[in-house]
Amino acid sequence: MQYLLLIYDKESDWGTLSEAQQSAMMKEYQDFTKSINESGHWRASSQLHPVSKATTVRIRDGKKMVTDGPFAETKEQLGGFYLVEAKDLDEAVALAARVPSARFGSIEVRPLVGRNRP
Amino acid sequence: MTIEQIYREESGRILATLIRLLGDFDLAEEALQEAFSAALVQWPRDGTPSSPRAWLVSTGRHKAVDSLRRRALLEEKRDELARWIALAQQVADAPEDTMLKDDRLRLIFTCCHPALAREVQVPLTLRTLCGLSTEEIARAFLVPVPTMAQRLVRAKQKIRDAGIPYRVPDDDELPERLETVLLVVYLVFNEGYNATVGDEIIRRELCREAIRLGRLLHGLMPREAEAEALLALMLLHDSRRNARVTPTGEMVLLEEQDRENWDADQIGEGLRLVEEALVRGAKGPYALQAAIAALHARAKSASETDWYQIAALYELLLQIQPTPVIELNRAVAVAMSQGPAEGLQLLDALEERRVLSGYYLLPSAQADLLRRMERWEEAESAYQRALSLVGNGAERRFLERRVSEMRARR
Repeated sequence: MQYLLLIYDKESDWGTLSEAQQSAMMKEYQDFTKSINESGHWRASSQLHPVSKATTVRIRDGKKMVTDGPFAETKEQLGGFYLVEAKDLDEAVALAARVPSARFGSIEVRPLVGRNRP
Repeated sequence: MTIEQIYREESGRILATLIRLLGDFDLAEEALQEAFSAALVQWPRDGTPSSPRAWLVSTGRHKAVDSLRRRALLEEKRDELARWIALAQQVADAPEDTMLKDDRLRLIFTCCHPALAREVQVPLTLRTLCGLSTEEIARAFLVPVPTMAQRLVRAKQKIRDAGIPYRVPDDDELPERLETVLLVVYLVFNEGYNATVGDEIIRRELCREAIRLGRLLHGLMPREAEAEALLALMLLHDSRRNARVTPTGEMVLLEEQDRENWDADQIGEGLRLVEEALVRGAKGPYALQAAIAALHARAKSASETDWYQIAALYELLLQIQPTPVIELNRAVAVAMSQGPAEGLQLLDALEERRVLSGYYLLPSAQADLLRRMERWEEAESAYQRALSLVGNGAERRFLERRVSEMRARR
């Protein structure tokens, strides 16, 4: 089954970390990605630019509306994702628990529609 | 046994096996219903089989295979077709004696998976393991039937779409997962035992089902001491069921209950289980609460109750479960062992912290102690405060009687 692991945390917290702490985090991410690649779970992943770089598009009454910023202001922001293959929810949850940001933020585990046959 | 009784007793077990074979809640439920429908037709005609359970599993399987093959015939998408056919073959090929001891354990852990909300874990467990109808469950929790039905449907959809696995957790996750299962069983029991409002019959049914689940857990996991302690706790509480209410449905306080009406056999079993659990090293919340219940059960009369020990056990319980309700219970035990003034001090402190604001038992306990101290006016006003918070009819009438008594004293 395929799951999207959506990584939410407070963007503002990143700035409070020292350079050394930031490097340490990035290395943890690299190690994690490498590890789940080797174990055959990884399908795709990326960090996302912060929400200040986001653009939101809506069509209402046939009219296209383009605005600066994320779809909504939230306390935690979507900072990145992993697309993984896992045999069931427990396995996906175990992977999510290993995402470095799980310690400070929240990792939402969402099953994909259609690509899910046991 | 009638088919209705068999459904109650066996459907959980049969469903659990069918879920394992079919890998799908809905398919399994369908197969179960079809098997029972077939029984309703065939057994009056041909006689009840010597092993009804085996007959039902076997029939359920055949119905499922037929249903899967029918779906395959209607299926246009190639990989769906292959899937139904493979599954049909798998089910058909499964060995005859296919009920595994673990099937119901798997089912409980699945129903109590953390990915399901608590308000869904409880009804799902009652529906699938205990064979309660949606109507009965809705009545028990005072929720409209369509709401409850939807809750159950959504739960099964989540199990399917999110891939909640049908398995007993691994050893490293087991303690935490078992904790949830025990909590769900305890919630079912409490709902039946401490009726907030309503229907007496369904209340008793909930207690019985919770005890059955407790027995199931203890039987399947005999080395889990907290599971054993939970069973003991429920048996001991439930042993008082006939003494807790008068024939007209009025509440009888523990200290006023006729102990001849307590179920002595059940107490015997409960006491034995507590001891075993404690010997096995149980020291969690259920073990402590069971030990407290045991002290009440052992006392031949209310005045012989070892309140010092009970207060001490509540101290221990507070260390692992520091909740306001337990603090309240400890305060009552202190009042009984050291005197109402000491207990009242603790209760007043609780009130000041505002941690039990909506809970009628706090002013009710304060009122009781004030009454023992003959402070009639203050007692009356505390009883009034409790009345404004209470739900259950029998509790309400009890408090109203107390208010009258206090008025008569003035």
